[in-house]
Amino acid sequence: MQFGVFSVGDVTPDPTTGRAPTEHERIQAMVAIALKAEEVGLDVFATGEHHNPPFVPSSPTTLLGYIAARTERIILSTATTLITTNDPVKIAEDYAMLQHLAGGRVDLMMGRGNTGPVYPWFGEDIRNGIALAVEKYALLHRLWREDVVDWEGKFRTPLQSFTSTPRPLDGVPPFVWHGSIRSPQIAEQAAYYGDGFFHNNIFWPIEHTKQMIGLYRERFEHHGHGRADQAIVGLGGQVFMRAGSQDAVREFRPYFDVAPVYGHGPSLEEFTEMTPLTVGSPQQVIDRYAAMRDHVGDYQRQMFLMDHAGLPLQTVLEQIEILGTEVVPVLRKEMAVGRPADVPDAPTHASLVAAAGGAKDVTVYALDGVTGRAAEVGVG
Amino acid sequence: MNPVAPAGGRTPAGPHVIAVVSAGLSEPSSTRLLAGRLGEATVHSLGERGVVAEVRTVELRALAQELTTMLLTGVASANLRAALDAVARADGLVAVSPIFSGSYNGLFKTFFDVLDDGALAGMPTLLGATAGTVRHSLAIEHALRPLFAYLGAFTVPTGVFAATDDFGHSSGVRADDAVAPLADRVAAGAAELAALVAVRERTAPVDPFALTESFENLLRGT
Repeated sequence: MQFGVFSVGDVTPDPTTGRAPTEHERIQAMVAIALKAEEVGLDVFATGEHHNPPFVPSSPTTLLGYIAARTERIILSTATTLITTNDPVKIAEDYAMLQHLAGGRVDLMMGRGNTGPVYPWFGEDIRNGIALAVEKYALLHRLWREDVVDWEGKFRTPLQSFTSTPRPLDGVPPFVWHGSIRSPQIAEQAAYYGDGFFHNNIFWPIEHTKQMIGLYRERFEHHGHGRADQAIVGLGGQVFMRAGSQDAVREFRPYFDVAPVYGHGPSLEEFTEMTPLTVGSPQQVIDRYAAMRDHVGDYQRQMFLMDHAGLPLQTVLEQIEILGTEVVPVLRKEMAVGRPADVPDAPTHASLVAAAGGAKDVTVYALDGVTGRAAEVGVG
Repeated sequence: MNPVAPAGGRTPAGPHVIAVVSAGLSEPSSTRLLAGRLGEATVHSLGERGVVAEVRTVELRALAQELTTMLLTGVASANLRAALDAVARADGLVAVSPIFSGSYNGLFKTFFDVLDDGALAGMPTLLGATAGTVRHSLAIEHALRPLFAYLGAFTVPTGVFAATDDFGHSSGVRADDAVAPLADRVAAGAAELAALVAVRERTAPVDPFALTESFENLLRGT
């Protein structure tokens, strides 16, 4: 079971002081959060991708590449990579590059994005969201698996004899999750490829999450990738903790009340009941999240949103410390109890390489323009 | 209090269900009163046609805060989800709003704004409205009817408007009434709704998680 943090990368004023961080401060804060996540033993750091204020992470692989250089162990991921508005060729190139630099500590989560104007900024139309996600991912999937691709579709220039470089590290593409909140087609897409399915349920009641995960599991089995309970499932989460639960509520409430997305709406107590948001003691968080598998079955990845709504960096780092030292170690133990041995962990680079029968170099050498022959491999 | 009256789980073969939505704000509410009468009259009229039906009442007042939460978060509380499902799965709809500033009130619009897309497509619907004076009596035609046209509902021609005065006019009391008394208009509207409900093919509610197309077809872009 993997545990991690994901950041939206929003620049939001701290409602208790009225001060908003600069973009520079926010970007540096995301790095500090990733380093802290590794330090306290979390498994994954994921960044959002956004192309409009108030968000900073427009260039995920730049951020993740930098974090890769400053970490040793943590998996670098996205939440999400916009499969609709990015060129799949560029995604294939960028994330294969990142894989090489990060020693394989890379996976990514595909998402469509729900901000209408972003689509036309990148030459697309939100009404084609599902079709874009289906076609572009089908191409991306091939670009990482076939050295030379001939391709034609509706949404980008055709490709003839195209090779995406660098080729994936050790001949193994990064593992892919597909994130969707309510589109059954995306659960089906994840199931079709045998990829992971991530339900970012942080604003949703568990009954809804349960139905989406149920659909994905059923289709995963239908498409022949294993039993339904062996499908690769991830969930979102959101917590704020202090030793005394009333202290947590008191400190978090001013941030909650005016937070982007749900602020000025339901009370903290109502929202806590409706969604996985848990504000209280570490033990309350443990109890709430240890019960998630009662709803969705044994799952592989639990991500937490820790750094939004203008929370100061210092507070966020304290929260990640509590998460990594007091909550996750207990959750790891509890989630392991009664977990069938043949329910897999989330695939990692190492497990994918092992499954592929070992690492192999898959460098594609250019043809020599004079002889028409490929250069000698491994010269010297 | 649960704003949705208990239904006991309708099966496709069970009694027909008339959902009655009232956006009345005061308690007691003349809007709720009119809505209730329209619902009962529809059940009665269906009974005369040999169709067993029951009313499920959705009082929006009790859902007001949860509706605002859903506007802001996209998430329906359990009570609100039950109300939305009750309307979407009904065989017919009675929708009644008080007239505010010349139109339905904001609560009424909010409910139909958050109702699932397509939920009212082809839904036999009877519209009603209340107001302090008869000066608002065309509000059903110029405000409610266009909204339900957009939603694809099958509205019956009669809309039942009740001003405060109407509750003092019963059928046959005043020979000089230029329009039929309220009770007659309730009966006329309900009969029209019952006629549509009785002939409408009953279909299972749309499952939002259903896959309607194979992934191979999606890949082909068909």
